[in-house]
Amino acid sequence: MDDFLAARSQMALSLGFHIVFSCIGMVMPFFMAVSHYKWLRTDNELYKNLTKAWSKGVAIFFATGAVSGTMLSFELGLLWPKFMEHAGPIFGMPFSLEGTAFFIEAIALGFFLYGWNKLNKWFHWFTGMVVGVSGLASGILVVAANAWMNSPAGFDFVDGKYLNIDPIQAMFNKAWFSQALHMCLAAFTATGFAVAGVHALMILRNKNKAFHFKAFKIAAVFACIGALLQPLSGDISAKDVAKRQPAKLAAMEALYKTEKPAPLLIGGIVNEQEKTVTAAIKIPGALSFLAHGDFDAEVKGLDQIPENEHPPVAITHYAFQVMVGIGTLLMIISLIYFFNLARKGSILNKRWLLKLFVLAIPLGYIALEAGWTVTEVGRQPWIIYGIMRTADAVTPMPGIAYSFYIFSAIYLSLSGVVAFLLYRQIKMVPYVYDKTAEPDINHK
Amino acid sequence: MEYVVITFLCLGILLYFLLGGADFGAGIIELFTSAKNRSRTRKTMYHAIGPVWEANHMWLIIAIVILFVGFPHIYTTMSVYLHIPLLIMLIGIIARGTAFVFRHYDAIKDDMHWLYNRIFRYSSFITPLFLGIIAGSVISGHIDTNANDFLSAYVFSWLNWFSVSVGLFTVSLCGFLAAIYLIGETDDGHDKRRFIKKAEYMNIAAVIFGAMVFIAAAIDKIPLIDWVFKNPVGLSAIVLASLSLILLWYLLLKGKTKVLRILAGFQVSMILLAISYAHFPNFIRLKNGDTISLFNTLGPEKTIYSLGLALLLGSVLILPFLGYLFYKFQKKEE
Ligand code: HDD
Ligand code: HEM
Ligand code: HEM
Repeated sequence: MDDFLAARSQMALSLGFHIVFSCIGMVMPFFMAVSHYKWLRTDNELYKNLTKAWSKGVAIFFATGAVSGTMLSFELGLLWPKFMEHAGPIFGMPFSLEGTAFFIEAIALGFFLYGWNKLNKWFHWFTGMVVGVSGLASGILVVAANAWMNSPAGFDFVDGKYLNIDPIQAMFNKAWFSQALHMCLAAFTATGFAVAGVHALMILRNKNKAFHFKAFKIAAVFACIGALLQPLSGDISAKDVAKRQPAKLAAMEALYKTEKPAPLLIGGIVNEQEKTVTAAIKIPGALSFLAHGDFDAEVKGLDQIPENEHPPVAITHYAFQVMVGIGTLLMIISLIYFFNLARKGSILNKRWLLKLFVLAIPLGYIALEAGWTVTEVGRQPWIIYGIMRTADAVTPMPGIAYSFYIFSAIYLSLSGVVAFLLYRQIKMVPYVYDKTAEPDINHK
Repeated sequence: MEYVVITFLCLGILLYFLLGGADFGAGIIELFTSAKNRSRTRKTMYHAIGPVWEANHMWLIIAIVILFVGFPHIYTTMSVYLHIPLLIMLIGIIARGTAFVFRHYDAIKDDMHWLYNRIFRYSSFITPLFLGIIAGSVISGHIDTNANDFLSAYVFSWLNWFSVSVGLFTVSLCGFLAAIYLIGETDDGHDKRRFIKKAEYMNIAAVIFGAMVFIAAAIDKIPLIDWVFKNPVGLSAIVLASLSLILLWYLLLKGKTKVLRILAGFQVSMILLAISYAHFPNFIRLKNGDTISLFNTLGPEKTIYSLGLALLLGSVLILPFLGYLFYKFQKKEE
């Protein structure tokens, strides 16, 4: 494996790993806050136990997120020193604010996890909320930094020099809003479906139904609201990409030739050598509409972009298909769920619906990773879009492949241990959190 | 504004060294505790550092963010030439943080704990060792930006007597800080005596490794003695550190545990000051005699201005909250 490929793979692996944990860290505090609030209001022990059970899980995820994030802040320099040398001062603003947000988050987490019976109970609740809000803020900030790589702003690029640097303008670049919105919704959707699915599975197995049903409901409502808004926000993103990164849009849709009106491709097999797509379903004019809001608009194809600036088309296209496909599926599940709620139906006797939720456990996260693949691979060959090439940014140090292997092994084993710990937490629910006899909740 | 930024950078490094160092030290203490006392040490330690380790760890992130935003050239030079020790330190950080949390939150106590404990102890040792190696390498003048073979560019930059001695010295200081910290966290007379013993050993180790640092500096022709002793600030810092050490052992015998921490922290800060003052604001010394200083690599004006503002704003939000965290979870003195 050559050093450049190894560096890219290591970066992708580290980010793909971190994102899972950071999303959980961003979203779970809100689920806990709801459950905690219900406990403070209703005095129902089950809610207190649920909050505690979740908080154990969050502590595990949070620590993993924190160490993998630390890793990332060094890795940017370890792998891409030439990029950081120039980009650091420009896109550093969100990172320095993020530092504050992390700090507050870590402090609040200390209070929350260790504050049971030690703090005023509303202050305790409040510290939990602070964890969530600062987590969300740090997510938005770091995505603003990534958005800058897609849509550089806040400096003038003259003769290879970066002049008139304005970090504030860099932070509020053209892409930050659409990306941050889509990312936050994705975090809620992915984590919501994963959590709801696990509890749905326990309900299906008839284990501690009262406990798991309460947990399911909180997670499912968040997840389904997220999944319904996701396609709308995705549409905003797509229009945005069409404007600022036509090459990425063309790669997402494997549009080799400029067309007017352009069709939307669903599925299909991309042949990168011959620049063709076969076996795709074509919806005439739909891409023109999605990209520009007009069924007759022209959409730029890859033929208008110099060959040495083409992103890898196949990966981008497949990843985009996966994300949108899953997005549509999750939206349908959400519609069914809300329809059922509106009709006051109980989900407990709709086993097929619970099974759908179980099916969706990994889907949100798959879509999330796919979405980032679209964004990051679709930006290639640029590390700073239109300014610096990724190949020019890589570290001169040889042997990166070994560090890639080491980190793959570390991340793999960490994932294994986290899954194992979670499994054990769930196994302990009947002994630690829910000792009550099964009450009859089928009529609720 | 650059002074604000530099102050925060120094503060970040110092606090990570003190607070994070004490966290690592706790693991080192556990490593050197006999098997029959380990579970007691573990328990004391858990209560002492559980609520604060994640916040302590943030000082490292703050320092690194300040470096890459404000002093990108320093950050990238370190990243390139100290790639290997940084990588090992990071693996240590990952292993330690996760093992610490996993072993506490694992719902079932069984053989897995054997593994968590091992990982926790060894990574608590390795991480500060490499942290010290990195710190030593930065000022050792072994970083060779003109090197054209792998070993001299990426290995000898940090694998030399001086850096390794600084690493070992760091480990012993961390152990010392932790032992002093833990004395105040237990009521049990037996445990207290154990931690006092540990503090003594760590203190002796620190003196030995400290001497080794000077010897290595002489071998490697690093003017460490000049920095420390031919400079009024360096000299007084060392004198103060030594005096406070005497006071510290006196107070220890009297059982005044809370002041001890401040003294131990003070002592370590003085040692850092002594080493770094003379060549401040130079940050990295290169093999060809050049230095990379904080001032000649400062980022653009607007960046430094907004970074400084962000840090000031952040500290207004953070410090009261953080103080309350430490206050709330420290053991009450009867
Ligand atoms: C749960 C996860 C999830 C789901 C269901 C969707 N997305 Fe997404 N998408 C993401 C998770 C995500 C992401 C991982 O969060 C990305 C990567 C970068 C970003 O801003 O969001 C993303 C990026 C992303 C981009 C590229 C943005 C850019 O490069 O700036 C587009 C055009 C879309 N999405 C469009 C959609 C559409 C039309 C969806 C319709 C259903 C959709 N996404 C569902
Ligand atoms: C967490 C979600 C993210 C995922 C899953 C992700 C994924 C990836 C992938 C797959 C690559 C490799 C692309 C290629 O080489 O073909 C990459 C590269 C990179 N990403 Fe991201 N990314 C994420 C977020 C971010 C963020 C927030 C930043 C910075 C603020 C960032 C910075 C980079 C850099 C510097 C590279 C290397 C240069 C490059 O290949 O262009 N990424 N990422
Ligand atoms: C889209 C990508 C990212 C998102 C949404 C994100 C979000 C988060 C969140 C919410 C946390 C809080 C800790 C947790 O809950 O586990 C976190 C932790 C962290 N992240 Fe990321 N992050 C992303 C990428 C990055 C990148 C590219 C870096 C580094 C350059 C980074 C650095 C960190 C650090 C240092 C921490 C640890 C903070 C702590 O100790 O609390 N993150 N991230």
